[in-house]
Amino acid sequence: MALEALDQPKSPAASPAAGSGCASGSCGSSADKLAHLPEHIRAKVHNHPCFSEEAHHHYARMHVAVAPACNIQCHYCNRKYDCSNESRPGVVSELLTPEQAVAKTLAVAAEIPQMTVLGIAGPGDPLANPERTLATFRALSEKAPDIKLCVSTNGLALPALVDEICEHNIDHVTITINCVDPEIGAKIYPWIFWNNRRIKGVKAAKILIEQQQQGLQMLCDRGVLVKVNSVLIPGVNDAHLPEVSRVVKAKGAFLHNVMPLIAEPEHGTFYGLMGQRGPSHDELQTLQDACAGDMAMMRHCRQCRADAVGMLGEDRGAEFSNEKVAAMDIDYAAAMARRAEVHAAIEANRSAQQQQRPDQPSETFVPITALLDGRKQRQPGSTTAAAPAARFAVASTGGGVINQHFGHAREFLVYEAASVDQDVDVRFLGTRKVDLYCAGGDTCGEAEDALADTIRTLAGVTGVLCSKIGIEPWDRLEAAGLVPNGEHAMEPIEDAVAALYRELLAAGRLTAPPAATALSA
Amino acid sequence: MAYRIIDSCVNCWACEPLCPSDAIRPADPPQVTHFSIDARACTECEGDHAAAQCASICPVEGAILDAAGEAVNPPGSLTGIPPERLAQAMTEIRAR
Ligand code: SF4
Ligand code: SF4
Repeated sequence: MALEALDQPKSPAASPAAGSGCASGSCGSSADKLAHLPEHIRAKVHNHPCFSEEAHHHYARMHVAVAPACNIQCHYCNRKYDCSNESRPGVVSELLTPEQAVAKTLAVAAEIPQMTVLGIAGPGDPLANPERTLATFRALSEKAPDIKLCVSTNGLALPALVDEICEHNIDHVTITINCVDPEIGAKIYPWIFWNNRRIKGVKAAKILIEQQQQGLQMLCDRGVLVKVNSVLIPGVNDAHLPEVSRVVKAKGAFLHNVMPLIAEPEHGTFYGLMGQRGPSHDELQTLQDACAGDMAMMRHCRQCRADAVGMLGEDRGAEFSNEKVAAMDIDYAAAMARRAEVHAAIEANRSAQQQQRPDQPSETFVPITALLDGRKQRQPGSTTAAAPAARFAVASTGGGVINQHFGHAREFLVYEAASVDQDVDVRFLGTRKVDLYCAGGDTCGEAEDALADTIRTLAGVTGVLCSKIGIEPWDRLEAAGLVPNGEHAMEPIEDAVAALYRELLAAGRLTAPPAATALSA
Repeated sequence: MAYRIIDSCVNCWACEPLCPSDAIRPADPPQVTHFSIDARACTECEGDHAAAQCASICPVEGAILDAAGEAVNPPGSLTGIPPERLAQAMTEIRAR
């Protein structure tokens, strides 16, 4: 269990605050915000590849899609596609059998030692597929004890499975909890499948909420890290989310992550088709600030690439296709020894970095929070946006910097920038895959080329930041009213987004918000 | 008598482990593109459950037909999306 040791902070100085070198005003608060949690939970969070700002640059996690079924319906989800709690609507991932998932995980872990966390998040609800999910966990706990496991769930089947989940090498669990009031729940969940029956309405929501809360409590009692996700649905649960936050934190959830509703007719969801809008920048910001507890931690959690295969600065997904993995002969015992060496080297490097003067640039450190320090000290409520918010799509393979060629990007990270008082506030909204999704089925999209698909995917975005971009795509983006930009290669994303926002603002190009602003992420 | 799965099935696997009669067969692409029910094995869940299990968890309206050929979950019954609204949106999207 070499990794166990890696996850203990080496010294008090090993906290993310010390390593990231940002202003004490914002970082000091991260410890305080966790003060209500037991020491062992705080220690886990502080050095965690998913939640620690500093550890995040050194480790990665990957997801395997082994769990297709779901036991509830959410109004923002269309089961033609992957679960919307975990990915953007409209994404379809290839389903793996537990055996394929284990083989792929071992292959990636042997090749990319930085991959230390394996997650199961879908494409349905992992716990609605207990055999497939648990078979994957069982095999990995046995074959690769140095890989930590995490799982996301809607919570319905959680209480019944907590003990079995905890038998494995489980590191953290994410529960999507959108409400604690069944009347509100009935507006979000049309039905659940429970005790061999389909149950609808307030009764269904009541059962779901009870199971979620009980499962949360059971996990916290057993010392498992629990993160809670909520989807912010204006007019439905916006006023209710602070209450959700209070309840889940009192039970011991260490992080409450508020995500914007993404609803468009193309997704074929109830909300998309019925014209339910997503939250505005201000609505999202207000609730995130009220609920998150620790913004920096949440930002990192949400920026997770969920795909360790891309961590090394190039997309290596193709190296790990099912066929290629099946042909590999992985000696995991040998790989584990190599991994332990790499991890020890990373830890040595991290301690060395933590002793460097904060203003000294280091190879892997990216000061993402640098921009946010001023913002955090603002009085809540005193924020008046002087200029319209604008969205920016960023091509990045990870590490918090702009480092990907436009043409290589298979997904874009979408950020929103807004001018607040003298400052520019930049926040991460979500990712957009460059997949064409369409509720129209077989007829639409066929004749269009890939670039047109990409441009359509970027609807509502003002600027596109990438390391490089070809002349033809440049012209096509401009013709579509987008601003391409390759001037910020290798710069921290949030700095670059703020810079481009300022530039466009100064040039008077941000006078009217794009029409889709309120609708999409 | 037996239930039937038609091609609007999205291959989500939810029904398969629930069937008390082991009657549900997964898709086998490229020949078989969606789940199906072995008519000889399906018992309509009689004697096991009050409601047909496959049709009680299937998220796709219209994907499962009863022995009379009627959709067990007709349009609008699961998502709450009125069928007219869906049709109108599809037309709009196609026209783009
Ligand atoms: S009706 Fe019951 S027995 Fe028939 S396929 Fe569905 S679940 Fe199986
Ligand atoms: S539950 Fe419905 S959509 Fe899912 S596999 Fe079964 S028939 Fe197909």
